[in-house]
Amino acid sequence: MQRNPQLNANGELQHLLSIEGLPREVLVQILDTAESFVGVTEREVKKVPLLRGKSVFNLFFEPSTRTRTTFEIAAKRLSADVINLNIALSSHTKGESLLDTVANLSAMQADIFVVRHNSSGAPYLIARHVKPHEHVVNADDGRHAHPTQGLLDLYTIRHYKKEFTRLTVAIVGDIMHSRVARSLIHGLTTLGAPEVRVIGPQTLLPSGVEALGVRVFHDMRAGLKDCDVIVMLRLQNERMGGALLPSAQEFFKHYGLTGAKLSLAKPDAIVMHPGPMNRGVEIDSTVADGPHSVILPQVTFGIAVRMAVMSIVAGN
Amino acid sequence: MKLPEAEQLCVQLVGELKARIGPQTAMIGLYTGGAWLAERLHAMLRLPEPLGLMDIAFYRDDYHARGLHHDPKRTKIPFDINGRDLLLVDDVLYTGRTVRAAMNELFDYGRPASISLVVLADRGGRQLPICAQHCGARVEVPSGMRLRLRRDAGDRLALALEPERAA
Repeated sequence: MQRNPQLNANGELQHLLSIEGLPREVLVQILDTAESFVGVTEREVKKVPLLRGKSVFNLFFEPSTRTRTTFEIAAKRLSADVINLNIALSSHTKGESLLDTVANLSAMQADIFVVRHNSSGAPYLIARHVKPHEHVVNADDGRHAHPTQGLLDLYTIRHYKKEFTRLTVAIVGDIMHSRVARSLIHGLTTLGAPEVRVIGPQTLLPSGVEALGVRVFHDMRAGLKDCDVIVMLRLQNERMGGALLPSAQEFFKHYGLTGAKLSLAKPDAIVMHPGPMNRGVEIDSTVADGPHSVILPQVTFGIAVRMAVMSIVAGN
Repeated sequence: MKLPEAEQLCVQLVGELKARIGPQTAMIGLYTGGAWLAERLHAMLRLPEPLGLMDIAFYRDDYHARGLHHDPKRTKIPFDINGRDLLLVDDVLYTGRTVRAAMNELFDYGRPASISLVVLADRGGRQLPICAQHCGARVEVPSGMRLRLRRDAGDRLALALEPERAA
């Protein structure tokens, strides 16, 4: 059997490419380590010396503000040197291949590559070709995976709900184009969440999504009933008005999270969103800013989770 | 070989520490054995400040060789350490590297007035210029063995020898 490319011979995390295929112990180790780092981020001095002398290269082949910034903050809090490369604007456009770009950066003594690329598999390709002391962290590769977002969602759920084994979690909206949804579904099932629901119009649910172990709902009211956790996904502007969806207003009417729909979930339900939000499209402002919303804490936890991932892979 | 009784050493340390307690005294225990010992000493001394607990995983000097260990605990220091006279508590003093890491972490929380080291047992073998101000007992440990504090279901503390884990 082929070894999971993310794990070394001892079964330890060497690269983070996808939540899919990660054993439960590794997920728990990441979440536990992140919890220790949340303590660090609450101190006066928010830095630890773990990655002193190491270089983290942020390789962004696609634009991103939030993910790149939180990786940068995380790396700096681990005392690493951070180099941000906007490849979309650099030699890539001059025709340099992905592996040539990485080989050049490796010659500049990189230790960790944080990669965002619109093609699924680009981080895998890089991970197969880096030196043993170099590590790759997938920061979102097209429609495939966004593992650190999935991990920070898992962290947020554990923070507020303590354990997974009694939870009903609903993921709502554009499941088809969401890497967050896939990463999160794999994580939730691995950690023992008994019921994961996906809610959305037929056109935005990938065919065969049931095979991931989720219950499918097209009616949001039915799907939200008695949920503990509601994860709203961003509806990308380019999906609207085309064949998949009639309009933003129409989507909001059926799948936008309003106070009335939220009241069908459990009274202590939490509302999450990976950001950036489209207010009035997938979520109403009163809910986004309301007492059930944990959307901003998600961002803060995201830093600790990325610190955990980088410090674990760099040590293995 | 016979190891000293941990419970007796606790009583002895409390007697020694009582004279040292002042208005600025606060205690911090190092996970895991040091935290158990600190919980005991903290209760017996009836210190007014809540107990601080530290995991020095992010400050270890062997991270590059060994990586992060798998079961990190969250450091919790529920008081301002600036100007405090800190009692830093660990179960066994050996190379001194844990204490070095702990002091580095402490200074990321502030500037204590003083730090004194309290240990249940000193097994020698120092690799850094560190010594304990309060030490329960000196213990000879055969090579290849490690000395550990254990706590049973009834909260009883005991020292134990066990084979060193392979690095």
